[in-house]
Amino acid sequence: MNHTFTLPNSGHNYDAKASKLGMWLFLYTELLLFGGLFLVYMVYRSLNEEAFLLASFNLDVWMGTFNTVVLLTSSMTVAMSITALQLGDAKKSIMLLWLTIAAALIFLVVKYFEWGAKFEHGLFPGMDHFNTLPPGERLYFYLYFFMTGLHGLHVIVGGIFIGVVIKKIKNKSVNKNRYQLLENSGLYWHLVDLIWIYLFPLFYLIH
Amino acid sequence: MSETAAMPLNYLNVKKGIWSWLFTLDHKRIALLYLYSIGAFFLVGVVLGVVMRLELFNPGRDIIEPQTYNQVFTLHGVIMIFLFIIPSIPAVFGNFFLPIMLGTDDVAFPRLNLFSWYLYIIGALFALSTLIYGNGPADTGWTFYAPYSVKTGTNVSMSVLAAFILGFSSILTGLNFIVTIHRLRTPGMTFNKMPLFSWALYATSWIQVLATPVIGITLMMIIAERMFGVGLFDPSIGGDPILYQHLFWIYSHPAVYIMALPAMGVVSEIIPTFAQRSIFGYKPIAYSSMAIAFVGYFVWGHHMFTSGMSGAAAIVFSILTFLVAIPTAIKVFNWVATLYKGSIDIQVPLLYALAFIFNFLIGGLTGLVLGALVVDVHVHDTYFVVGHFHYVMFGGTGFAFFGALHYWFPKIWGKMYNKTRANLAFALLFIGFNTLYFPMLVLGIMGMPRRYYDYLPEFHSLNQISTVGSWILVVGLLLMIFNLVAGYLKGQKVGGNPWNGITLEWQTDSPPPLHNFDKMPELPAGGPYNYPNAKSE
Repeated sequence: MNHTFTLPNSGHNYDAKASKLGMWLFLYTELLLFGGLFLVYMVYRSLNEEAFLLASFNLDVWMGTFNTVVLLTSSMTVAMSITALQLGDAKKSIMLLWLTIAAALIFLVVKYFEWGAKFEHGLFPGMDHFNTLPPGERLYFYLYFFMTGLHGLHVIVGGIFIGVVIKKIKNKSVNKNRYQLLENSGLYWHLVDLIWIYLFPLFYLIH
Repeated sequence: MSETAAMPLNYLNVKKGIWSWLFTLDHKRIALLYLYSIGAFFLVGVVLGVVMRLELFNPGRDIIEPQTYNQVFTLHGVIMIFLFIIPSIPAVFGNFFLPIMLGTDDVAFPRLNLFSWYLYIIGALFALSTLIYGNGPADTGWTFYAPYSVKTGTNVSMSVLAAFILGFSSILTGLNFIVTIHRLRTPGMTFNKMPLFSWALYATSWIQVLATPVIGITLMMIIAERMFGVGLFDPSIGGDPILYQHLFWIYSHPAVYIMALPAMGVVSEIIPTFAQRSIFGYKPIAYSSMAIAFVGYFVWGHHMFTSGMSGAAAIVFSILTFLVAIPTAIKVFNWVATLYKGSIDIQVPLLYALAFIFNFLIGGLTGLVLGALVVDVHVHDTYFVVGHFHYVMFGGTGFAFFGALHYWFPKIWGKMYNKTRANLAFALLFIGFNTLYFPMLVLGIMGMPRRYYDYLPEFHSLNQISTVGSWILVVGLLLMIFNLVAGYLKGQKVGGNPWNGITLEWQTDSPPPLHNFDKMPELPAGGPYNYPNAKSE
């Protein structure tokens, strides 16, 4: 191919700003995805205040608090990792990303035990005990599993995203001068954290 | 050998073979992939529509069972909405021409662009798979209203999953366009110097990004409810079916602007080219796209005037609905004013653009009838709604799609179709369309409910007229397709600018080279539609 002329504003150039803008737009869509669920939550809680309160006593506030601290810390480590790479310390950046993934795993393990306890008590939609609950409490548990489940899925995706970035830092395609992918994974991780910041009081701290 | 020497390399002949298409990152080739797939699904939708019209030729059972009829209109709706009209203009002509009109060589994320097409194909296969697998296609109507959609035995989950995936594809296309418009405009092209088609796509893309996730999560709730049987939308166990309707229309009303705005963008391109003069009211047209997109978010409640809503809410939704008419009318007046004292050259694309204005006017005004609270109670869920919707979507967006196809055909393939045959096809389509859908408006006023398999004897003659219209329409459609295919195969070669257009896509060769421009495109002095030879008045 003998083409010599390239436009200065080519779509195939590396463009960190475009990549960042794209990521933010994607985050808007994520917010609106959860926004639909928050809307449903709001409507059903206002219709079933008493039932939501009663149902919320089944959750373990301490486990929820612990997980909140874990996620907040992981948001810090991912932010530090971006700064580390910007300063040229790829090794430290990777170490901090591994810490973030470790936090994600801790979060999921705690979540596993929380969900497991609900299964034991027959509180999962469709189980015998669940079917004897009043409608308001059933809605609460349905929303609980749906929203924390979807959030858990985002934790997994975020963890994989960070894992991919680690690999790219290792083979130097993400580096001091081209760190936008790392920053995007950080933005995504902050979103995962932020959504949990809302889920936690909505389900655990009702009073 | 001499042939390749004579023919400059363009995006069509630079690489060969099926893989060079399936793994292409070139926005022009992806646009054609969309065109062929969307066209194929459109024809499936047309066949389903014709089957319905045949069934309605006489009252009572003619050719299909009532249950089949329910499934046919649902699949017709799902295909036409999610597989044809939502992606149609943005994914085909937006993909092809947005980068060229902005003076760049691709969209901002070429790989994401290809990924969106694959998502589209996967979604389409899911939607069509219900035809052969499970308990048959959904019979809920394309709106999937709960609680019926949760309880019916047909394959709702698969259709809903398809809509979810198609929504994701639509989001990624919108995201790609927004970033492209922000980052890749040619030096010197400010927002207010962009072609109006780009403005329309910009407004559309924001709706795609901000509204589609809401339907995504709503459809996921339907799937989860079918799997676990929780009464989220089932009143017998505490749920609220009205809430489903709200969530559904929070997306699906803005979605009709996803369908309409790009069409308005196409018309805003065609009219100045064939009037050979500057567009009247550039900024009002550009900003009214944004205004429609913005106000369009807050009108969803007008779909639910009869399903239980407080009087105050209904009044607010009705007023907001009327507000949307203002920016729409601004556009229409500006198009007409552009033609005034222009050097009008009546070519096929202009005919389609004028037909768009005619049909959209009927569709828009009947929309105001539906937005008025008192009247809506009478015509809600009648054929009046069906007529209105098809006037806006088919008469509007569909005709703009055909117009865009005829306008940009020489640019895409570097050849020209037979214009006489194209005129004839247009006439058949226009007559067929109005014969098909105008009786529906009358039937609706007379009280014939929509989605019924059968009707009372007094509706017989109008239904027959409507069905005859569908035959004319199909003949016109087949003639148009035949003409375009013939043009593609052995049409006359044309140069870079057969219509004497002024936007940047006319500065490059037809078909464009792989990287769109072999030299820096030059912005027309004094705005994107400033024709140098236009009369000063």
